[in-house]
Amino acid sequence: MSELKDRIQKVIEDEPVALFMKGTPSFVMCGNSQRALEALRSVGAPVTAVNVLPDPRIRQELSSVSGWPTIPQVFIGGELVGGADIAEELLASGELREKLESALGSEYSAGEENVVDVLATSEV
Amino acid sequence: MAVDTLRGLLEHAFPSGHVDVIDRTGGGDHFHVKVVSPRFAGLGLVDQHRLVYDALAEPLADGTIHELRITTRSET
Repeated sequence: MSELKDRIQKVIEDEPVALFMKGTPSFVMCGNSQRALEALRSVGAPVTAVNVLPDPRIRQELSSVSGWPTIPQVFIGGELVGGADIAEELLASGELREKLESALGSEYSAGEENVVDVLATSEV
Repeated sequence: MAVDTLRGLLEHAFPSGHVDVIDRTGGGDHFHVKVVSPRFAGLGLVDQHRLVYDALAEPLADGTIHELRITTRSET
């Protein structure tokens, strides 16, 4: 159980842009997860996605780490940015790009998306 | 869940503000809440939304609210 929490924390800390979502970027299972993903794509964010659906414990452990009750959750540079509504607001105000630039540098590489399985027992 | 119940919870938490609740699907579980409150002054969006989540902790935890959209402003 705490191992799962450790893996979630590691994704948050190590990945420049982490998106905990329902589904995956290629098969999104929820409208709000889609909205958050689209906001991040709009600024070319290199998204590392975690699907919370395979096991309810992922969502429980994530919320206990972040103190945020709903999915999706967006983290940039290890910091909770918020859910879909905040991601869209920050996109509209230009702050989403600013946050990415301050976390990744002004020339961050655009568009790469990958998926991490926090249930996996071995490192990939 | 009735829109009025939800509005009541929010007005209790944000007494001097303004609260709008929209039932997005008519099904009583997909809501968009808009809250204008001086309680948000000086807070980032994450902390503003946390205050709304706190006010709605019970219906969020028991699944009464299936999906929630939040818009917050500190001044009118």
